[in-house]
Amino acid sequence: MPTRLSARLCSFVLSLFLIAFALPALAGPFEDAVAKFANDDYSDTEEAIGVVASSGNKLAFPIISALQDGRLMADPDSKKVYITGADGKSVDAATGEAVASVPDSASAVRLNNRLRRSVDAALGSLTLQSPDVTTRLQAAQSVFKSHEETALEAVDAALAKESNRSVKAALGEARAAILLFKSDATEVEKLEAVATLKARGDQEAMALLTGMGDQPATVTKAAASAISSIQSSLAVWSTVQNAWYGLSLGSVLLLAAIGLAITFGVMGVINMAHGEMVMLGAYTTFVVQEVIRTRYPALFDYSLLIAVPLAFLVAGAIGVLIERSIIRFLYGRPLETLLATWGLSLVLQQAVRTMFGPTNREVGNPSWMSGAFELGQITITYNRLWILVFTLAVFAILLAMLRYSAIGLEMRAVTQNRRMAASMGIATSRVDALTFGLGSGIAGIAGVALSQIDNVSPNLGQSYIIDSFMVVVFGGVGNLWGTLVGAFTLGIANKFLEPVAGAVLGKIAILVLIILFIQKRPRGLFALKGRAVEA
Amino acid sequence: MFNKSTHDIAASFSRRGVLAATAGLMLGLASISGAKAADDTIKVGVLHSLSGTMAISETTLKDTILFLIDEQNKKGGVLGKKLEAVVVDPASNWPLFAEKARELITKDKVSVVFGCWTSVSRKSVLPVFKELNNILFYPVQYEGEESERNVFYTGAAPNQQAIPAVDYLMKDEKVKRWVLAGTDYVYPRTTNKILEAYLKSKGVAQEDIMINYTPFGHSDWQTIVADIKKFGSAGKKTAVVSTINGDANVPFYKELGNQGIKAKDIPVVAFSVGEEELAGIDTKPLVGHLAAWNYFESIKNPANEKFIKDWQTYTKNPKRVTNDPMEAHVIGFNMWVKAVEKVKSTDPDKVIDALPGIEAPNLTGGVSKMLPNHHITKPVFIGEIKANGQFDVVWKTPSLVPGDAWSKELDGSKDLIGDWVGKKCGNFNTKTNKCLGSGS
Repeated sequence: MPTRLSARLCSFVLSLFLIAFALPALAGPFEDAVAKFANDDYSDTEEAIGVVASSGNKLAFPIISALQDGRLMADPDSKKVYITGADGKSVDAATGEAVASVPDSASAVRLNNRLRRSVDAALGSLTLQSPDVTTRLQAAQSVFKSHEETALEAVDAALAKESNRSVKAALGEARAAILLFKSDATEVEKLEAVATLKARGDQEAMALLTGMGDQPATVTKAAASAISSIQSSLAVWSTVQNAWYGLSLGSVLLLAAIGLAITFGVMGVINMAHGEMVMLGAYTTFVVQEVIRTRYPALFDYSLLIAVPLAFLVAGAIGVLIERSIIRFLYGRPLETLLATWGLSLVLQQAVRTMFGPTNREVGNPSWMSGAFELGQITITYNRLWILVFTLAVFAILLAMLRYSAIGLEMRAVTQNRRMAASMGIATSRVDALTFGLGSGIAGIAGVALSQIDNVSPNLGQSYIIDSFMVVVFGGVGNLWGTLVGAFTLGIANKFLEPVAGAVLGKIAILVLIILFIQKRPRGLFALKGRAVEA
Repeated sequence: MFNKSTHDIAASFSRRGVLAATAGLMLGLASISGAKAADDTIKVGVLHSLSGTMAISETTLKDTILFLIDEQNKKGGVLGKKLEAVVVDPASNWPLFAEKARELITKDKVSVVFGCWTSVSRKSVLPVFKELNNILFYPVQYEGEESERNVFYTGAAPNQQAIPAVDYLMKDEKVKRWVLAGTDYVYPRTTNKILEAYLKSKGVAQEDIMINYTPFGHSDWQTIVADIKKFGSAGKKTAVVSTINGDANVPFYKELGNQGIKAKDIPVVAFSVGEEELAGIDTKPLVGHLAAWNYFESIKNPANEKFIKDWQTYTKNPKRVTNDPMEAHVIGFNMWVKAVEKVKSTDPDKVIDALPGIEAPNLTGGVSKMLPNHHITKPVFIGEIKANGQFDVVWKTPSLVPGDAWSKELDGSKDLIGDWVGKKCGNFNTKTNKCLGSGS
């Protein structure tokens, strides 16, 4: 309590002081600087940030953080600047006095990228001793990024008081970054700095080491060896990174192809409208999110979970409808099926275009699907990670269903030997419709996931249809495991080729490799064997 | 209202059989043509894709022309006659563009055509416009290296978009290292060739330029974004100049946001991302990334405010955005109207000769002028993406920039000029004093 009281007293005395001295002398450097925010000129704003941040005034932090969040309002007519709080209350930025309202002519002070960097640097040195650990860590990181000499004192002061280990490490790195660029730092200090950065060992550390300019010979030498050690460790990580990207691309390919593995792989229908089922799933997600946004905004993070069963039902029902109305008349006539389903895909695209418009629809990422985390030296984005998990789950459920459920048994029986299955009393035409519906429904589920990484537009499906056929044919028609292995093989091969050959040539190379592979093994990786194949 | 769909279907039926007819039926339903044909009207052709991959961008331009015609007719039309739109749908299919252009000119007898988006579609209709001697207004920023008698280019040439954007980054952001990322087709390839030559002339070393091409509709950007991050960690300020086209932008920006590349670290300046494209993404992670255009919806100006209001009233959608190619159509349309009124005729030869020198106000407060090389003068703006999907103008050229048909940066074209007034030639070599003619 006593400290709180003294702090209050202090601030009271300070504000008295401010009122007594600062107000009459409106031309003080701090007030002048604050007034510059109202000029709507980027270089004036930059100057103001510098003066305010180094002024030591207790309004410095509220002003700069308000500037960062777009809460610093400036009135160009009266040259007055206001801080509006999150609670809607406003204070005069020059004096700290509460004001009843901000005039209508005031607008938020504008920032560009250069200013955003100065704001970050200023906030960094202002918040190095904040009571909150994450704020301190962020502050240390932004000082590391800006590594301006002026922050050295603040860093040293913070370092002396810091007790948290990770913040201490970050502060040490920030100090090293500053010293490396400080012209009058001693050689010993610089060598220590190089060692600290070498231990950090990431791309940003390397950027500092390569860009440090003229240094004493010993420092240059130490830096060169640090760079080569970082480079070799990053090279290993880049292989891991390629493998991860490959898995992620593979999971997208698998997700898009799983439904086709049933309609084409198991049933043998060349289904060119498969991509449109994916698209319908994505649009279902859009509709679900629209409803949630307007009616139940609190549920937004669950929108995808709600969309999954709905997308399955929508795409599955349309699948059953298509099978009953078109495809069942075309069994055994692959060419006509191909043409009819392709025409159908155009009809579905144009129908969606007429209903929802030709432009992309915005499907938001729930909070657990956005952002990334660092694993060693690679960045793993949450949306890709969840899609991989989701794909494997869908695959496992599908496999279990085909293997252990009654309808799964019937499906396998009908596709292996239709006449025998029929004579065992299985209603084959009902099974056909259900199988096609299942494949379409799974394509719809894929659409929910793909809406998170791709455009939701009427053309969404087109970009996946070729890849899906490629995966199913490569993996071996009629074999779900083949689809799994095929998708991941293609994904990883693609991602290891891409850095070498570029995205365009990489894709061509993959196609050529598949064509050669099919020449050698026409039935794909995992060929079905036995009499069923010949039937 | 659907008087066009019948022959549309008939034409496709004979050519492409059952499937195309299904498609044609849908397209025919989608394309809405103007009032019923009559002899006392002036017909204006609209050649924009209303289906297929380009529909996302081109549908708006069709609506823009219909809107402009509607406004003009309210003012009494042109030369005492009402304007009548003839809308066809080339369906993002390049050869179909040529077919539809021929149909517009020979069958519908239009006096002028507003249309095309991609360079491929423009190149595919060029021979038709030359042969049948009609006028095409092309509203999209493009790679330049062209000046044709029958075409008027109201979008930006590279010196009206790409070069000023790079200048801004060099001067204001002190960028030293450049990633030129684009979709693999003619516009990005030519623009990047020009930019590479320009950067080298400014002393940028080869190892500080990374050029990357991706296929149309590329959706897996993980490797490329990681590469950009790596390229940007060489201790020099890095920026990305993006000529990535259409739909591929959304996953690209999403990946940038997810991998934590902020505009303040590595800014991306895009030449094909406008208000329309941003409407499909959550723009909060993109705040600060840049776009270079000749027009932004957010530019405060009475002419612009009136245009936006009228446009939203016409489309009955208070949220409908406006963009740069739309403004190009506004300028082009008004220039054509003025030229027609000047020569009191819609005869293409007379109008083509009258157009150079015609001035029309643009929506950002200036007056654009048609130049002898059939390009126009335009201001250049650099805008930063804001959280609401609009742009905040952070820089603009002090005056209007005249469009160069032929780039001064490329060896093959630096001596060429287009001049349809004095020299009557689209590719006149000022060194040898010769017109190269249509052979090159």
